[in-house]
Amino acid sequence: MTTAKNISLTLKVWRQKGANVRGKLETYQAKDISTDMSFLEMIDVVNEKLTLDGQDPIAFDHDCREGICGMCGAVVNGRAHGPEKGTTLCQLHIRHFSDGDTVVIEPWRSRAFPVIKDLAVDRGALDKLIQSGGYISANTGGAPDANTILIPQEVAEKAMDAAACIGCGACVAACPNASAMLFVSAKVSQLALLPQGRPEAAQRALSMLRKMDELGFGACTNERECEAECPKEISISNIARLNREFFKAGFFSSVK
Amino acid sequence: MNWFTNTLGTSVGKKLMMAVTGLCFCGFLTVHLIGNLTLYGGKNLFNAYAEHLHSLGPVITVAEWGLLTLAIIHILTGLTLFLGNLNARPERYAVNKSAGGRTLGSSTMPYTGILLLIFIVLHLVNFHFADRTYQTIYHIVSRVLSRPEYVFIYVAAVIIAAIHVSHGFWSAFQTLGANHPKYMPFIQGAGLSFSVIVGFGFGFIPVFIFSIAG
Ligand code: SF4
Ligand code: FES
Repeated sequence: MTTAKNISLTLKVWRQKGANVRGKLETYQAKDISTDMSFLEMIDVVNEKLTLDGQDPIAFDHDCREGICGMCGAVVNGRAHGPEKGTTLCQLHIRHFSDGDTVVIEPWRSRAFPVIKDLAVDRGALDKLIQSGGYISANTGGAPDANTILIPQEVAEKAMDAAACIGCGACVAACPNASAMLFVSAKVSQLALLPQGRPEAAQRALSMLRKMDELGFGACTNERECEAECPKEISISNIARLNREFFKAGFFSSVK
Repeated sequence: MNWFTNTLGTSVGKKLMMAVTGLCFCGFLTVHLIGNLTLYGGKNLFNAYAEHLHSLGPVITVAEWGLLTLAIIHILTGLTLFLGNLNARPERYAVNKSAGGRTLGSSTMPYTGILLLIFIVLHLVNFHFADRTYQTIYHIVSRVLSRPEYVFIYVAAVIIAAIHVSHGFWSAFQTLGANHPKYMPFIQGAGLSFSVIVGFGFGFIPVFIFSIAG
């Protein structure tokens, strides 16, 4: 058991008033922070002090604070969601830092994710990707009986692994090319693997990929940084599957 | 645009072109290396090999134009992707740190690519377009490679090629969608071995020629 202690950090935080103004890194002291705190709680403490001092608190996104919603995220010392593997920013704890550390905190950087304010970025591009094909069409009516369509365990597991994506955008932030391939591949795979997703598979692969290009995301060069940073550890084998789905759709299906 | 160019025009389509042309170059490197090994057999063997190649006539011409086409596709598509990717992140990070995914090869692809292009031009000027009226190809090779600066350039270029291939090989398979839990480790291993073979295979030739020409 590690016992909590208090440490102090020097923060360099990206401050930007709005989408169209220039931002810069500002320095703040985070004093006497309990190592049991999460990274976001540490920012809360800093923000309380900023508010009391009559200054603008640091804007950042968050919601569940338990690593499941995908709202939080910032690049901490050059690492999306901080240095821990398979962890969202809200689940990163101060115990992973040492007293006196300097911590640089920057927003996700991508043409497709404009900064709204400080660390909060507009990830609406990911929603647009989903709207372009990340769904299945189902008729309403009585729910079908369970197990009418049999899905082998192994396939269900793969689909579930892909479905673990929480849409945080860390893959884009971590990608040297700001590509959204891991996100798109997770969504395409999750549906392409299951019989319910097959009817629209070709259209989905084509539409989502074209949308990705159109939204200004970069192209994948297989750097594998996304896989290493993804808090849900989505595998790049999904990207290979997306490519297969795309080639099948583009060259061999009748969908245009 | 029709369905074909539409598909090839997307980011994944462009990567498909990079992968296919890149793998063709891996094939070319293999043939080129095997051919170059005749240099170790001395002047006559190497000249005979060159002679034999030229006797193939039209086959060689077609191969040359084919390679040129592949090169143009690879270079133009690569540059388009490179510039597009720079454009996808207008504001850079103040602190950049790898999470462990990138390798020396993957993070330098565009740069090693551009350096290779410059080298290939020099290489063609040195040997392909050299005047062969009064000298055999072996003479040309041994004259160029008797100069230390050229030995240095050639060895450096070979190392750069090996670095480029160390990422390019497995990356091409991943792009083609051939990522399979059973085969991927083998493909990655094959890619690394191939780059080592390219590195040492080509890399020793200039040193060898220099040492016997000296
Ligand atoms: S693939 Fe991973 S990093 Fe990308 S959005 Fe989904 S959970 Fe986040
Ligand atoms: S706040 Fe929900 S995942 Fe971090």
